[in-house]
Amino acid sequence: MATLFEGFTLCGLVQTQSASDSAIQGIELDGDSDHAVVTDSTRAVTLYKVSDQKPLGSWTVKQGQLLTCPAVFNFQTNEYVVVSDNKVIRVWKEEDLHLDKAFKATVSADVWRVHSAPGGEPVVLFQRGAVRLLDSLLSAPQQPIEDILSEEEKEVIRWSTNIVAEKQHFVLFTTEQKGEHFLYVQRLNPNTLQKYRLEREDSRAPPLSFSASLRDKHINLLYLYPNGCVYQSVVAVQGPVGLEGVQALPRSLRLRLPVGEGELGAASAVALDEAHVAVVGMPHPSARTGKDFLCIWNTNFQTLQADKEMVGRICGQVGILRIVWCYLGKLFVPHGKALSVIPYECQKSSLASALGKLRHPGIAVSKSSVAIPSWNTLLHGDQPQGPTKIVDSRKSVLTVVHLQPFQTGPVEEVRREVEALVSRGDAQDLQLSVGRLACQLVARSQVETAFYAPGALARLVKTQCLCHSMCPDLLLLALEHKDYFLCQLCLQLFPDIPEVVTCACLKTFIGNEVLQTPYSDNLLVPHLKDLNAPQVILFLQYLQFIYLKYSQDVYTQTPVLRSPTMTQIIDWVCLLLDAHFTVLVMAPDAKGLLSNLQSFVKSQVKLFSELGKIEGSLQELHKMKPSKDISQYSIEVIELF
Amino acid sequence: MGEFKVHRVRFFDYMPTAIRAMAFNAHTERLALARMDGSVEIFNFTDHYFQEKVIPGKDSRSTESLCWVGGRLFSAGLNGEITEYDLENLRPKYSLEAYGGPIWTIISNTQGTQLAIGCEDGTVKLFEVLEEHIQFERNLDRQKGRIISLSWHPSGTHIAAGMMDMIRVFDVPTGHAVQRLLVDRGFGGSKSQETVVWSVAFLSDHTVVSGDSAGKVQVWDGHTGTLVKTHLVTKWDVLALSVSKDESSVVAGTSEGTVIQFQFIAPTLHQQQDKEWVRTRTFKNHTHDVRALAEIETAIVSGGMDTHLVVRPLLEKFDEKSHASGLRKIHFPHRNLVSCAKKAGLLLFQFPGQLELWRLGDSDGHGKPGDRLPLKRKPEKLLLLKRKGEDHICCSALSSCGGWLAYSTVSCVRIYRLQTDNNNISITKVSKLPKALRSAHQLCFSSDSSKMFAASSQSSVLVIALTQSECKYVHTLKPKSGSRQPIHLMTTSVDGKWLAAANSDCEIRVYNLQKLKLHCIVPVYGSCPSAMGIHPTTNNMTVVHADQQLFEYSIVEKQYTDWSRKLQKQGLHNVWLDRDTPVTHVTFNPKNPNQVVLHDMHMFCIIDQSLPLPDQKTQFYNQMTLRSLSEQERPSHLHAFKICKTFQDLLCVSLLDDQSLVVVERPLLAITSQLPAPVRQKKFAT
Repeated sequence: MATLFEGFTLCGLVQTQSASDSAIQGIELDGDSDHAVVTDSTRAVTLYKVSDQKPLGSWTVKQGQLLTCPAVFNFQTNEYVVVSDNKVIRVWKEEDLHLDKAFKATVSADVWRVHSAPGGEPVVLFQRGAVRLLDSLLSAPQQPIEDILSEEEKEVIRWSTNIVAEKQHFVLFTTEQKGEHFLYVQRLNPNTLQKYRLEREDSRAPPLSFSASLRDKHINLLYLYPNGCVYQSVVAVQGPVGLEGVQALPRSLRLRLPVGEGELGAASAVALDEAHVAVVGMPHPSARTGKDFLCIWNTNFQTLQADKEMVGRICGQVGILRIVWCYLGKLFVPHGKALSVIPYECQKSSLASALGKLRHPGIAVSKSSVAIPSWNTLLHGDQPQGPTKIVDSRKSVLTVVHLQPFQTGPVEEVRREVEALVSRGDAQDLQLSVGRLACQLVARSQVETAFYAPGALARLVKTQCLCHSMCPDLLLLALEHKDYFLCQLCLQLFPDIPEVVTCACLKTFIGNEVLQTPYSDNLLVPHLKDLNAPQVILFLQYLQFIYLKYSQDVYTQTPVLRSPTMTQIIDWVCLLLDAHFTVLVMAPDAKGLLSNLQSFVKSQVKLFSELGKIEGSLQELHKMKPSKDISQYSIEVIELF
Repeated sequence: MGEFKVHRVRFFDYMPTAIRAMAFNAHTERLALARMDGSVEIFNFTDHYFQEKVIPGKDSRSTESLCWVGGRLFSAGLNGEITEYDLENLRPKYSLEAYGGPIWTIISNTQGTQLAIGCEDGTVKLFEVLEEHIQFERNLDRQKGRIISLSWHPSGTHIAAGMMDMIRVFDVPTGHAVQRLLVDRGFGGSKSQETVVWSVAFLSDHTVVSGDSAGKVQVWDGHTGTLVKTHLVTKWDVLALSVSKDESSVVAGTSEGTVIQFQFIAPTLHQQQDKEWVRTRTFKNHTHDVRALAEIETAIVSGGMDTHLVVRPLLEKFDEKSHASGLRKIHFPHRNLVSCAKKAGLLLFQFPGQLELWRLGDSDGHGKPGDRLPLKRKPEKLLLLKRKGEDHICCSALSSCGGWLAYSTVSCVRIYRLQTDNNNISITKVSKLPKALRSAHQLCFSSDSSKMFAASSQSSVLVIALTQSECKYVHTLKPKSGSRQPIHLMTTSVDGKWLAAANSDCEIRVYNLQKLKLHCIVPVYGSCPSAMGIHPTTNNMTVVHADQQLFEYSIVEKQYTDWSRKLQKQGLHNVWLDRDTPVTHVTFNPKNPNQVVLHDMHMFCIIDQSLPLPDQKTQFYNQMTLRSLSEQERPSHLHAFKICKTFQDLLCVSLLDDQSLVVVERPLLAITSQLPAPVRQKKFAT
């Protein structure tokens, strides 16, 4: 899960002449994690203390001069670097008051950007594609700068960044030439340059934004097109050295964002971690158009995880390709008249947290139906076909279901209609119609207290095209009507039941099914606290009973679909104890139970410590194995005692 | 005890050859084993599987099959000859051309009066076994196609013969073939290939068991010629069969390296009458073809392409875990193939076809224990001496000064004078050798290199005097009575006064070289000596036997020393006694008279006679413990046997005069890597 927290305004923005132009050229970090160096679009560089929303210093160039690249911080010398009027590199320290008096050097070619990152020396990227380390450039500013990109071909840089890996330093930049887009990966020390051609999007539109990150020794490039497609390309850090010419850069579709009518104007996507992407400048899938949102999407599961409306237009500038910055858990978004800082949090995205914990593998596989993307294919990095289609169908496919009987007909007729629908529909359409239908029926039940169609609902749930989020009231309705059969069915088949509902079920009945429901620890514990002491004790006793039952025949245990696993039981015991420990300690009738639990925890701990010892010994044994390669002859010294 | 500089030598490319055939003599409990190079080895199964005799091979001899008749050993091979061996002189006694083309197999009847051979030309030839010879008797009906395998019915009246695609049963008195058993071919592609019946076994109840190249073990009724049962055991060949003495069990060796046991048992407890041949156990101790098999009373003995001999005890025949119930693998010969010139720092490696002389490297560095020292000079192969003639080298020796080198085959002895100055080496063959010196079982030089001793026939030892220019026969030390068995160990004292010689009848004779006569006979112990050495200062002789017993005998006083008596009284430690390879070399530390160095395949041991002997409760392998103890604690934990297992697969451990150890290793992995690829077996996911 990802969360967007309450944001704050770092500074106001001066409205520029054109509404579409961004007032901000760049936001960079300096040595202090709470600082942000903001370069506006004209003459000023301001250093802010982010948490205080307070400027610490500001530097401007003279009237008539123009900052042409965002200021960066040289982490090695603790100096700031900026370029004015394309050719003049200025270097100053925080205590310097006037930029004019600071060190400056004029170089022989136009600079595109200066890039800096912790752990690496700043690099200067020239507009014609050449790259120099700042130090070596400043030692001989007038050194000739070669052209990598040819002037005649009109190849221009659109976006650039740098990445410092453990021992390697990369400058990445993308260029546009006659409607084609290229990615250049410049490795420093030793210097190699590799050129890749980006696949052309059908609409021939240029990418709106790029974002690059380093993960597992691969550079992941994420880019967004106006039609809402977010692609990812992967470039190996240990690249194909020595390959000449332009390589095609394969891409994979990570996300297809709903763009509403038309195409996106200015939007930007930035990768937060391997599973989450923050997108600004696109409409919310369910809100009116005309409003801009900041959204966090989970690319693995194609789900919208968090969103926030940004007041005023997102300031963007086509061509600069950057309207959102992301540093250290904060998103910096210039919009309207302000630069907002929005802290966010992305929990490690895994199958367990997205789907909840410890789903029985057998079930997980059996559920790879249309409603839920096939986890296997997703996890193996295939193209997320399923979810894309969902998004598509949501927009385009209009179902041909006649809703009339469901809105007024009696229970029996509804059941028959549902049966007919389910048996006729093909999987794609079914999914949409089933969801709608379920919502309809639930809504009707909520209005008409006399109407409740358990058979029809059960049939719909059984199609496995339904999940909790599609029709959140269904399970609660079933609970209300004490329809345990439907509850159990939902618990079995829904992958996304919220913890609060799980707990609600728990209060009403204890079953196998509840234990197997997916959950996230820290979200479940608060809800578990709602249980009262007798309920907890009863539940613990039940857990202990099945634990003991399992421990007796642990070797003969065959994976039964509907039975919780050992780990699930233990996890639940832990959670319950976490939530209610103080209460249980006080309750006299829980004493025996607790001491029993303690004894099996003890035995487990002992077992694990013994296993740990064995592991240690085995590792030692492994080390003892002679690693020396023994040659044909050697003279060695031994000692006998 | 202290630090030692160790020359760790791995450049002796010793390569044993594959085992081709074996025959077990249940009466004497000797196993005869033939290798591909024509050599024959005799193992004494009553004496810890000690390899007591080796008959060297010959280029033209190829042994396909071995057969005992009483105490006499016969072989036959693809050269078309039958050979009887002289087990006292370790050489073929005679060879006889059988005139039937290559011979595939040789068997004898149970009475030991007749031999039968199977020939390439399709004949089974019978020979009469005479006192000193064998004589051709007659042919059985000649068949089309070669006779690959034979088995004689215990009554002597019938012979079963395995051929191509069929088995014939002959009536021996008439010589007619009375049954023809057709053997199916393999499936699929091998359908077009003839099936070779590699092995047959004829049981008392006229059951014939066959093993063939289609991977089948088949049981036939020899009376009616009908097939009773087929066991498909491998995709490859079943190469060898062996029947237990009571005929209740048959073992089959396959190309996959497995040995499969079949037992004649009733499938259910209630019907004890209806017994049948049931496949019971599979043993996998080989990586390659199992070419030779013998099921003996308590074990299955197997050998094949992967060159090592495996004795796999049948655990149901043992009541308790004991020395005999452990699996034995015999990789290395139980004798020395390496001679070490202690003064000169030279090593002589003996191969069947050549000798290699190496000079050890040198290092002037010093290092901590565990260090590897930088080499100042690399080891150097000084000489490669190829033998003349067809006979393989049976023994060799290098004088301790490095000035003399000698080797012997069954037909000749050669002595060479070596001169090394700086980097040049010159070798001169000593041209005129005494007539008496025709062949030797063992050779050794006196420590001052003035004499050479050659173990000759009937346990006699020839004394040869060596001078710069010539070598002269001096004397023959001949036992007046006692055993005529060949001498397999010989050693001299440093002072040149004593010579000890041990033969495979376990006798150790000590000769006085000054008086050139027998000094004494060491009390005969029941197990064969596997190594012995005479102490340079005390002239006490240390003898280690195949059963791991250790004695120290004072030559001067003609009695066991006090230390030896103490050791015998207390008993050797069980860990020592349970080792499964014999000690093959004993040497001494000239600087420390208390130290005796000896080694087997898996360890070397320095015995410090000044330290207390370990009792059964003492931790025997205690080097690791001692290392971890402090200087003060150590003395209370010391005992006399200091064992180092750092070096493995040892062919030789010796102590040079400069106090550095020489360790010659031949890693089994290196041997395995030189074997041909085993048959392809489908493994999971390949």
